[in-house]
This record gives sequence, C-alpha cells and structure tokens, in this order.
Amino acid sequence: MNTAAHPAGSPHAPGDAAVTVYVPRDAAALAVGADAVAAAIEREAARRNTPVRVVRNGSRGLLWLEPLVEIATPAGRVAYGPVAAADVPALFDAGWLRGAAHALCHGLTDEIPYLKRQERLTFARVGVTDPLSPADYAAHGGLQGLRRALALAPADIVQAVTDSGLRGRGGAAFPTGIKWRTVLGTPAEQKYVVCNADEGDSGTFSDRLLIEGDPYVLIEGMAIAGLAVQATRGYVYVRSEYPQAIAVLQEAIARAREAGWLGGDVLGSGRAFDLEVRKGAGAYICGEETSLLESLEGKRGVVRAKPPLPAVAGLFGKPTVINNVISLASVPVILARGADFYRDYGMGRSRGTLAFQLAGNLKRGGLVEKAFGVTLRELLYDYGGGSASGRPLRAVQVGGPLGAYLPESQWDVPLDYEAYAKISAMVGHGGIVAFDDTVDMARMARYAMEFCAVESCGKCTPCRIGSTRGVEVVDRIAAADTPAAREQQVHLLRDLCDTMLGGSLCALGGMTPYPVLSALDHFPADFGLPQNQGAPQAA
Amino acid sequence: MRIGKAKSDLASTGAARDFSLRPGGAPCTPAAAAAARIAATHRDIPGALLPILHAVQDELGCIPADAVEPIAQALNLSRAEVHGVITFYPHFRGEPAGRRMVEVCRAESCQAMGADALARHIGERLGCDFHATSADGGVTLEPVYCLGLCAQSPAIAVDGRPYARMTPQAFDRLMEEAAGETADATRTAAKPAGLAQGLRPAAAQAGTTAGERP
Repeated sequence: MNTAAHPAGSPHAPGDAAVTVYVPRDAAALAVGADAVAAAIEREAARRNTPVRVVRNGSRGLLWLEPLVEIATPAGRVAYGPVAAADVPALFDAGWLRGAAHALCHGLTDEIPYLKRQERLTFARVGVTDPLSPADYAAHGGLQGLRRALALAPADIVQAVTDSGLRGRGGAAFPTGIKWRTVLGTPAEQKYVVCNADEGDSGTFSDRLLIEGDPYVLIEGMAIAGLAVQATRGYVYVRSEYPQAIAVLQEAIARAREAGWLGGDVLGSGRAFDLEVRKGAGAYICGEETSLLESLEGKRGVVRAKPPLPAVAGLFGKPTVINNVISLASVPVILARGADFYRDYGMGRSRGTLAFQLAGNLKRGGLVEKAFGVTLRELLYDYGGGSASGRPLRAVQVGGPLGAYLPESQWDVPLDYEAYAKISAMVGHGGIVAFDDTVDMARMARYAMEFCAVESCGKCTPCRIGSTRGVEVVDRIAAADTPAAREQQVHLLRDLCDTMLGGSLCALGGMTPYPVLSALDHFPADFGLPQNQGAPQAA
Repeated sequence: MRIGKAKSDLASTGAARDFSLRPGGAPCTPAAAAAARIAATHRDIPGALLPILHAVQDELGCIPADAVEPIAQALNLSRAEVHGVITFYPHFRGEPAGRRMVEVCRAESCQAMGADALARHIGERLGCDFHATSADGGVTLEPVYCLGLCAQSPAIAVDGRPYARMTPQAFDRLMEEAAGETADATRTAAKPAGLAQGLRPAAAQAGTTAGERP
C-alpha cells in the first residue's frame, strides 16, 4: 500500500528523507475525495522533486475533517483537514511537510481534544497504522493477545473474557464469556466462529471503520475465540453495501495466512484456525444472528426460533460462537492487558468501552470510543459540537432504527445498558443520530414502521403484517379530523405495538415499537395530540 | 418470473433434474452456461448458494431466469428454493441494471440531513422512481438503507463508489461527468445509440435471455 512518489531517475530513493504522509483509505474519506487528494499529493511532490511516502491508513474517526491528511514530523503526526485536492499545492507552499501552520492545520493529531479525550482500547490502532501491513500491526502491540491465549487453556481464555465483563456490542449486550462457555462445553467434531459484520443499523459505522482501519485486530480476536471454544473455522459475514471493507478484509486474511497467523499452524502453535469472508446481499434482517446463520448456509435469511441457541446448534447445526465485530475486536486487548484492565472502564454492569458513532445533524460527526457512563449531552455537544444546521437539536435516536427517540429531558441519562433499559431505550450498537427542530416525529414513527415492513423476513405475523398496518395507522392519525377519531387511532397504534413487542421472534418486530412509541410519548404534538396526551394512559 | 412455464415444470419433484441430465439437455443459453460453470466451481464449498449468486451477478450483471435451473441442479435444490433465495435478497436482480447504478441512502441519519429532498431531486433529474431505470436506460436508481457514512450524511453510492455530504448540485455535477465519460466511451466503441448502450457490457451480452418474457 505504501507508494513513494519520486520522479524516475530522481536522486531520492524512497525512504531516503522521504516524509511520510498519511491519507486515509476508509470509505468515509474516499466518499469526500481522498483518492484525488492522494493523487494530488504524489503529483505535487513529484513536481517539486520532494520525496514523500504516501501511506493509506484507516480513518481516525474525526469524520467532519475527512479527508484528514497527516504528516509525520519529528514532533509527531500533524493533522490537516478537510483537505481538497485543490488545497494541496498551497499546503506544500506553506511547508506542511515540516508540519507548518495553515488554515487547515489542527496541530498534532493526538492532541486534538476530540481524539485526546477518548478512551481508545478497541480502536487503538485504527487510523494510526497501515491497515494492511502485518509488520505495522505487530509493531503497534498486535498479536500480544493471541500469543497470550496460546499459552492458556481454553477454559482460561473463556474465563478472562467473562471476567472482563465484555457484553455483545452488536446491541443485545449478552455476556460474551457466557456465550463462549456454552460453545466450549458443547462437544462436537466441528465448531465455528462467526463474525457478524452485517452492520445495517443506520447511524452506525464502527464495524466498517474498524475493518477498514485495523482488520488484523478482528482476525486476532476471531483466532482467540477459535482457541477458546476449540473451533477451527471462522466466517465473517460482511454486508454487500461495504465493498471497501470486504476488499480490505480479504486482503488482510490472505496476508495473515501468509504470515502464519492463520492456517493449520497458528503462530507455530500446531493449532489450526482459518477464516473467510462471506458477502451479504442487502437484507437488513441478516444482522440478526439466526438469520445470518441461515444466510451463511445459503438460504433465505429467515429468523430461527431459539432454542436451540446458536452456541449449541448454530451454523450447519454445529456449536457456533457468533459475535459482532466490535465484541471480537475487543478480545485481543482483554487478553493482552488482562480482564481487570478492561473491566476498570465503564459503570455498573456495562464494563469497558463502547465505540459511539455520532451521526445525523451534528457539526462534528465521527467515532468516539468512551467508557460506558458518558451522557448523550456530552457526546452531542462536547464532541459533536451541536447541530450542523445551527438549529436547536430536538430528538436523538440511539441504537439504530430500532432504538428509541430521546427528547432533551433524557440526554443526561448515563449511557449504560441498564440505565437505558429503564427509560425504554437501548444503547444498541452505539449509533447516535441527531435531528434538529425541523424533524417531524410522526414521519419518523411512520418511517420506523415502513422500514420494518421493507425489511421483515416474514416469519412472524406481527412484524410482517403489523408493520404495514402500522404505516396505515400513523397515516390515519395524521388524517384524523376529530380528536376522538385521532385518539382511537392512537389507541390502535399502541395496541399494535404491544402485539409486535410480544409476538415477534427477533428484535426487528419486537423493537420497531421503540422508535414509534418514543416518538408518540415524547413528541405528541407532532401527531396532532395535546402535549399532555402523549404519555401512555392506563388501560 | 416464468409463470407460463410452471404447468409443465416438475422442478420441485426432482423430475426436472433427471430431464435436464439427458444428453443434449445441457444448458443452451449463454447465461445458463455461465451459471452452470460458476455453480460447478463453487458447489463444494459449504453454504455455496450465496457465493454462486454473487458470482453470477458479478459476471452477468443480474441473475436471469434461465440461470436458476443449472444452479439448482448443481446444489441438488429445487428451482423454487433457488428462486426463493434470489428474491429474498434485495441485492440480487432478475434483470440487468442500467449502465450506472445510483444508490441513495434513505435511512434516518441521511433523512436528518435532507436525504428526502435529495432523493426527490435525483428522481426528477433521472426521470425515474426508485427500483427503476432512467428512460435512456443509462441509470438505475435504488434505495439503500445505510452506506455507513452516517457522520457525513446524506450519502449515495454510484457503481459502488461512495459519495458523502451530497447535495443536488454535487449530484448534477457527478452526472454530467458521467455523461461525458459515456459519450467518450460510445464514440470509441462506435456502438449504435439506444437502450443497449445503457447496459453494462456483460449484462448486454445476457440481455437477450434476461429480457425474454413468457
């Protein structure tokens, strides 16, 4: 991935005083012209006969600054952003290769408050290293967890993960160690480790950012999971909407195999673990674990009833660890630095960190890895800088399309699985989508039902049909011409939500009521109801 | 897809497989031949159907109706099962897309940043709705529920390439650049104008079979 820009016949060999310039290759950077910026840098460097070494790194997660170009200086990496291709000549003129001042300069990257105040455990290397360089990975603390795991008995690896307090980062927050213990305790000739990288929740991109920025940490985490439960085969199911992530991961797996990190003899231990990437095909429901397993087996992604748990009878009927990208990628640091180190972050029963994703109408969107316990208000204002539109923020959806809409009165609740459950909300995968005061919450409630109707796998009637009826009821609420008629429809909507909540196998049908009811409860005026009529009435 | 054929079709009983194994019963359309070749190389991997469907669509631009039977045969599945899988996943298409594919994110984060207005503009500009192709056959418009670029909403993808912080003006510029490229390509290849020009090269090859209707 490293390319040296120097004209043919130039006296400068690459590496000879060449300044290292980092231009992210993350889709978030590509989407705002990073390739053109990288090309412009190479062109300009060649024209000036100044040797540079361009490294295509992952994204630091300061996404409002993308493309964020970093220059390696003796004092550290200096950040410039957002850089357009047209800015490049002026940046050279200003002396950016020495880290000189410029309107786009943000000083040392590590000192940018947005980054400095984070607690980056899982994302420690993302944006720092060349994502495809095994040497870079090893030089930045990679493989320590795997080496340690190789010295442990499987049950001890499972114990370390249990002790760390790690819970499923995909949204369900089930204790990872317990899941692994079940798989370890279920004898079988073949077991599997499956990584759920079907990150379909809107407002979330941490899986993508991690895979594109540090794929080896996921590979290492999966290998550790394999050792822990005695599985020799792994699959990463990545959604087809992430072509860049798929390409990076496939290349990283090939290089890891070449380096002896995967294959029949993992790091010379004599233990086998190998994995491959499987591509999804646009179905949101395949982010649900049993549906994902069906899809991996080559079937329609229809949800399975549990039990049996995937840990007992999962992929191809075999015991299977199925975990989200961030859960698996958090395992190496837990093994490398100890369960206590990880458990010391967080609050209550929510231990460690979560990669929050600030999205929607925010001035400074990006990835913020923080210990549990941070509040929404801190994330929205201290990090996010308030709305991008300059208008007041009004509603925030936390946890993806199945997460509740929170009004300002709830923005001081600490982000913790239990605290959120108490206010009928969910932390989920950590996606945070902010809306300003132009949002029509009745429309958002309608959209939640519409999304459920589009994406339902069709297994459970309340989800398959209830969602369509839900869209119609929200429309009838809007069209009602008398308060009594409106109230009747609201009653119907609550009743329908109750049926979906209780009558669906998985979270799609079971949690679509969260955004709908939270919109209705907290923003009744948008439904044409008096302010005090939003709260649920006693039956 | 091929409703008219269903009466004489014994696909789900296994009779169809015997039928097609007769000498001379080999796939005869280019699309079926390609599907048979792809299925044969993938059939032994566990859970082969999705990888096969991806490979077929990557090569042909879609999964035409006549690709179903050879895939079903290779995996010892009924045609109905294969058809069921194809139609479950929005990514798989039964007919070729236009030469370019524009995917517009319609999820919450993009909505918070004006995606609805952007989608309306794009629809008007292309003269087609979602799940449809512009009148000149050049551009297919599809909704997508999240491209993972939520901090830089609204986002779209053109032929899989991501574009963030999209505005109606930026979209128009993109299309003008694309039109320039198309015009260049057309001149170079000296192809006749018309609908076929809007098809991807591989898809155009399969176009005769894919476009066939009972």
